[in-house]
Amino acid sequence: MAPRTLYAKIWDDHVVTTRPDGTALVWIDRHLIHEVTTPQAFEGLRLAERKVRRPDLTLAVPDHNVPTTPGRTIIADPQSALQVATLAANCVEFGIEHIAIDAAAQGIVHIVGPEQGFTLPGTTLVCGDSHTATHGALGALAFGIGTSEVEHVFATQTLLLRRSAAMEVRITGRLGFGITAKDVALAVVGALGSGGGTGHVIEFTGAVIRELSVEGRMTVCNMAIEAGARAGLVAPDAKTFDYLRGRARAPDGAAWDAAVAYWSTLPSDAGATFDRTVTLDGSEIAPLVTWGTSPEDVVAITGCVPSATSFADKDKRAAAAKSLDYMGLVAGTPMADVRVENVFIGSCTNGRIEDLRAAAAVARGRRVAAGVRQALVVPGSGLVRAQAEAEGLDRVFIDAGFEWREPGCSMCLGMNPDKVPSGERCASTSNRNFVGRQGPGARTHLLSPAMAAAAAVTGRLTDVRELMA
Amino acid sequence: MTPFTTITGVAVPFGVANVDTDVIIPARFLKTITRSGLGAGAFATLRDDPANLFDTVRNRGAPILIAGDNFGCGSSREHAPWALADMGFRVVIAPSFADIFAGNAYKNSMLLVVLPQDQIDRLMTAALDVDLTIDLENQVVTTTYQDRFAFAVDPFRKAALLAGQDEIGLTLTMAPAITAFEARLAGDRPWVGGAAGRV
Repeated sequence: MAPRTLYAKIWDDHVVTTRPDGTALVWIDRHLIHEVTTPQAFEGLRLAERKVRRPDLTLAVPDHNVPTTPGRTIIADPQSALQVATLAANCVEFGIEHIAIDAAAQGIVHIVGPEQGFTLPGTTLVCGDSHTATHGALGALAFGIGTSEVEHVFATQTLLLRRSAAMEVRITGRLGFGITAKDVALAVVGALGSGGGTGHVIEFTGAVIRELSVEGRMTVCNMAIEAGARAGLVAPDAKTFDYLRGRARAPDGAAWDAAVAYWSTLPSDAGATFDRTVTLDGSEIAPLVTWGTSPEDVVAITGCVPSATSFADKDKRAAAAKSLDYMGLVAGTPMADVRVENVFIGSCTNGRIEDLRAAAAVARGRRVAAGVRQALVVPGSGLVRAQAEAEGLDRVFIDAGFEWREPGCSMCLGMNPDKVPSGERCASTSNRNFVGRQGPGARTHLLSPAMAAAAAVTGRLTDVRELMA
Repeated sequence: MTPFTTITGVAVPFGVANVDTDVIIPARFLKTITRSGLGAGAFATLRDDPANLFDTVRNRGAPILIAGDNFGCGSSREHAPWALADMGFRVVIAPSFADIFAGNAYKNSMLLVVLPQDQIDRLMTAALDVDLTIDLENQVVTTTYQDRFAFAVDPFRKAALLAGQDEIGLTLTMAPAITAFEARLAGDRPWVGGAAGRV
């Protein structure tokens, strides 16, 4: 057989049948669901008198709407409360396991899947959320779907798909001091642009990716969608297997051995060809922050706010002018002079234990600056929260003046009480700096957890390398 | 599903590139458990301006939207096409669309027409004066100014749009193949099954 990519191998092993027009019916191994994109899908099943075909491959957890303050299980917003209650009721009706808002393991769906061992290499995994790309870090073909597709998977455990093109993003070299997976993710989005990966599944390769932890790989794959890619993938290796071994839903005993044997066959073959390859030198990546309202608007912390006229493309010039106006930024201002009133550490991009450790290392022995009104640390799940508390990280954050919160999507998107007030600025470890994403009028600067903690203690965007030197 | 054949009507010359789904429908409007009524929140930030393009007497309820490159980037929320449909849009014309948005639009009988930027620019101008006609059967956009732009469309999606076909119903006609695959999977990769509901 001709050499194949990781993507091709997973695809080939999941095609149920191919229609004459080239559309493939693809089997789905894993379906994660949450409260926002499922109510209409369950309603569709009910109207058509259909059932969920494989509840044992389906796992539910509420995350987008849940408040992150103590006593949060009683949700004040009636619409949010109804969505969360509707998910719980639908799970009972259709026989789906539901990690409820008050369960110890509750958290952001993309943090929960891997930490439960529900996400496995070589599986097809979908969720009604674009950041499903996260799970590709374990070598799962994972992508976001809409609600009609959620209903389709419920009823058939398949999706009708066309195969995407394969792109390799190779990151060579070695990351410098203070540079993290988030900087890699932002560098990739900056290089490809927000539409550069459209129609593609990206496989991340190269020395930098191999050196990253599985958690760091999740951060990189998480933001593949911000470059427009359908999915991000990293080949499973010994780190992947070590990460999964012993997790609650991962196979064990003989099944584990058989699974590892299969997973070990998945990495792209030598000589496999990609439709497109992009190479970045990881040694060149500086700590990055965004200046605009698209995740592609990245600049090194050592750089300045760009001027709209510096862009060659006329659409980009117009977009940049609007972005700078919305962001309240003046061209030529050093990024390190930009003051922030809010700091958010969390989200499916950066809400894992490693992210909290990186932020705590900066926060330790320092104080949140006087001009910072809100500095939230929101663990991605109850298990992350418990682990952080076992390591004493909660004390580090609380002593430094951060708020230590309960798990959820929090300030990443304006669907729960955690919002950035209009006109204020936020140093955020989340994934989108879109207009109004963190609340109407909110101004978002995306950056890494260490950089966010550095911004919190100085009150402005800060080069963490200088602070920690 | 409503079959899609030919649409003639006002086209809103929006044309902005990289319009993300948070612009189409901000997250605060997603707290609904139904598909209907989302038009009220569509483009909410832009429509805070009383002089916005969408609420003029001419454009309100228009069936056609002319957009810019990479329309619908960002989240997977199907609320985006639901909101557009609730405003009255049946067709969006743009140089390119984000993948997930495109899939969601088709599943709601919304036709996405991809045309090169120069043709889009021409339609943006023409739309100020005349209606556009989108003929799916013949895959062509026309105006009474004699503009005639052919577009490509995936044959599977075209057939589904013309027939107003329910995709789940179509897939269920392939149920024997699914059942056979499921049986093979249980033998080949037994660790896949039983992941939920057992802990």
